[in-house]
Amino acid sequence: MKFHTVIIGGGLAGLVSGISLQKAGKSTAIISNGQNALHFFSGSFETLEEVPQRMVDLLEEAGIRTHYQPGVRLMPLGTFRPAALSLEDISLFPTPRFGKKVLIVTFRGYHDFFSSFLAEGLEKQGMTCRIHPLDLPQLEWLEQSPSEMRSVQIARTMDRIWEVVVQEVRILLKDEDTVVLPQVFGLQDTSVPGRIRQGIPAQVVFAGTLPPSVPGIRTQMLLKRRYELLGGTYLMGDEATTAHVHDGVVHSIVTKNLDSHFLEADHFILASGGFFSKGLKSNPFRIHEPVFGLDVEQAPDRNDWYHPEFMSDQPYLSYGVKTDAGLHPLQAGAPMKNLYAVGSILGGTRPEMGSAAGLAIRSALTAVDQILNQPNA
Amino acid sequence: MKLQEYTESKHNFEECMKCTVCTAYCPVLQVNPRYPGPKQAGPDGERLRLKDPFFFHYALKYCMNCKRCEVACPSDVKVADLIQAARIKYDRSKPKLRDRILASTDFMGSLARPFAPVVNGVTGLGVTKTLLDATLKIDRNRTFPKYSGRSFERWLSRREKEQAAFPEQVSYFHGCYVNYNFPQLGKDLVKVLNALGVGVRLLDKEKCCGIAMITNGMTEQATRHAQHNVAVIGKAVAEGRKVVTTSSSCTLTIREEYPNLLGVDNAAVRDSLMIATRFVFEKLERGATLRFRPDFHKKVAYHTPCHMEKLGWGVFSEKILRMIPGVEFTLLDSNCCGIAGTYGFKKENYAASQAIGAPLFDQIRTINPDVVACDCETCKWQIEMSTGYAVANPISILAEALE
Repeated sequence: MKFHTVIIGGGLAGLVSGISLQKAGKSTAIISNGQNALHFFSGSFETLEEVPQRMVDLLEEAGIRTHYQPGVRLMPLGTFRPAALSLEDISLFPTPRFGKKVLIVTFRGYHDFFSSFLAEGLEKQGMTCRIHPLDLPQLEWLEQSPSEMRSVQIARTMDRIWEVVVQEVRILLKDEDTVVLPQVFGLQDTSVPGRIRQGIPAQVVFAGTLPPSVPGIRTQMLLKRRYELLGGTYLMGDEATTAHVHDGVVHSIVTKNLDSHFLEADHFILASGGFFSKGLKSNPFRIHEPVFGLDVEQAPDRNDWYHPEFMSDQPYLSYGVKTDAGLHPLQAGAPMKNLYAVGSILGGTRPEMGSAAGLAIRSALTAVDQILNQPNA
Repeated sequence: MKLQEYTESKHNFEECMKCTVCTAYCPVLQVNPRYPGPKQAGPDGERLRLKDPFFFHYALKYCMNCKRCEVACPSDVKVADLIQAARIKYDRSKPKLRDRILASTDFMGSLARPFAPVVNGVTGLGVTKTLLDATLKIDRNRTFPKYSGRSFERWLSRREKEQAAFPEQVSYFHGCYVNYNFPQLGKDLVKVLNALGVGVRLLDKEKCCGIAMITNGMTEQATRHAQHNVAVIGKAVAEGRKVVTTSSSCTLTIREEYPNLLGVDNAAVRDSLMIATRFVFEKLERGATLRFRPDFHKKVAYHTPCHMEKLGWGVFSEKILRMIPGVEFTLLDSNCCGIAGTYGFKKENYAASQAIGAPLFDQIRTINPDVVACDCETCKWQIEMSTGYAVANPISILAEALE
């Protein structure tokens, strides 16, 4: 099967590349080896200091509403982190002290939302907090299987019964100026977070839960739907195993499901992610890139890959494939001519700083521009 | 570096990093709280079962084996295989009479076929449905697939000479549905392949692929069928023929379930077996041409069956449909229709089955197509019964569009 561009990786970087190319009238395929890091998405694209307007447009056209307001956002454990471009349901504040009195609402039997850590964090900022677990009969059926009372399961119910939550919160509210709710709203019906804000007579802040991330899955679904609507071919659950390369030019990709049926293209984008997504793999001797065997930045001695103190900076987290200035990855020191590396596989990011989404978008747009600006594009 | 090979766990369960992504895509978990979910039933439960079979739980029967957990897994854990393998290994309950009847598709087909008009009349009656519901717990709301008076095998064997005259030959694993219920799909395939200069042959007496036996606890019978089918497919392959199929579930069973669940080695035939739309696509890619009717016009919505999604071959059916002049194509969101073979026929699963399919049915009604295309016969029954829209295999739509 022949395409203009074949993209390896179906997460944020792969989808942004695919949508941009389809919009430019180019045929593309995305090979996605299982679901991706969007399922752990905070909802903020932190590193974007200035927002490229076309990125906002691309998201908007997919039905993803964002807002841009440099400041801080609330983290799931009650700390704060700088943020700028974010999904509409993520609140951004000029300073961490966003209210005086806060009502934190959770659900009975729900263990994936850390209300007491949140309260502790907010109290450090000088806010007073009250926690209230709601006891909703509509969620009782989920409690039959306690291990499955997760964000996505609750969110499916909430798409239908969010108005009940609004009513309950209105009854609970005393003199609080702010309500904090878990991010379990708007999985399918994207208007729900906005309507909850309208219905509650206080500032409403949605705080992160344990994965899967509801805003993240919503973002993934909307981007994939947009990509397929533009005619893109999304190969879900398939894995790029090897590539046919001659003189630094990639001709085709072999996948696990299509075996002898190769995916040919003029251009290739490698958006296969970091260690979690198996874009990078390691063994006791080296860190390697499995599809093309690209050069990977790394300390030669394995003992230098990591720091014995778990919470300190871990060097391996910043490792990635080496590229030239045009994002062409290097193989045995020479740049690949029609291959571009984008997203987390580039390394240099700090996942603990949440900079991966920004890198994914920036690098994807850079690669797409180079592909489209070529004379034979 | 082969380190990983020495540490690989059965069905890759050690690779599970507990990310919970599979739980977000399990259709059963969304509607049935009695089901512990793919992570708990699969890799988490496996750890316990290895310690003591006591931890095997009957609730694993609620798994539909749709494989959506495996498609979603970023770590390549064979979640559904783990669950089905646990049922095969630990479930000591004997399959009920109903489950045996539902699972024995070829045996029932050969019994019913000679009396097709009578059988079709009787199974369509309200009183029969009420009776089956009360006695066997087959849900009364289900519509039974009709039986055909003449089998596909008989139809094709009468055309043996004519088919042998084509310059190229393939063998066709038609499956029970085409043989006993809907020979027209097989005839459509013959029309399409003949138009490409390819003659169609039967295998040397295929048996049911056994998918329903696997999910209904009839492992021994399924294994015997698997051994037989691998042998007869192997014979065709040894004679230099590809083997084409029109059912995504039969295909997945022969390619994946035989080695992974039944321990039947299919290495000699695995790569020669393919769904017909892939075969046709590859023919056209290598320069073959088809002549289409100039007046053909249809609004087609393609539903990717779960097992087609797992095979990763939906793209071939999609590309074939998009290429037909006069087809207005929509790709439906990839959602389970809820039937999962015999699963939705069982009274205890009927409500869950319909709830799982609801988003798909809603999307079909919104799009309002002339026909829904899909490569699975049980999806066809489910979508036709639940929406009233006609469902056809992509091969049948292609055949209709040909001159």
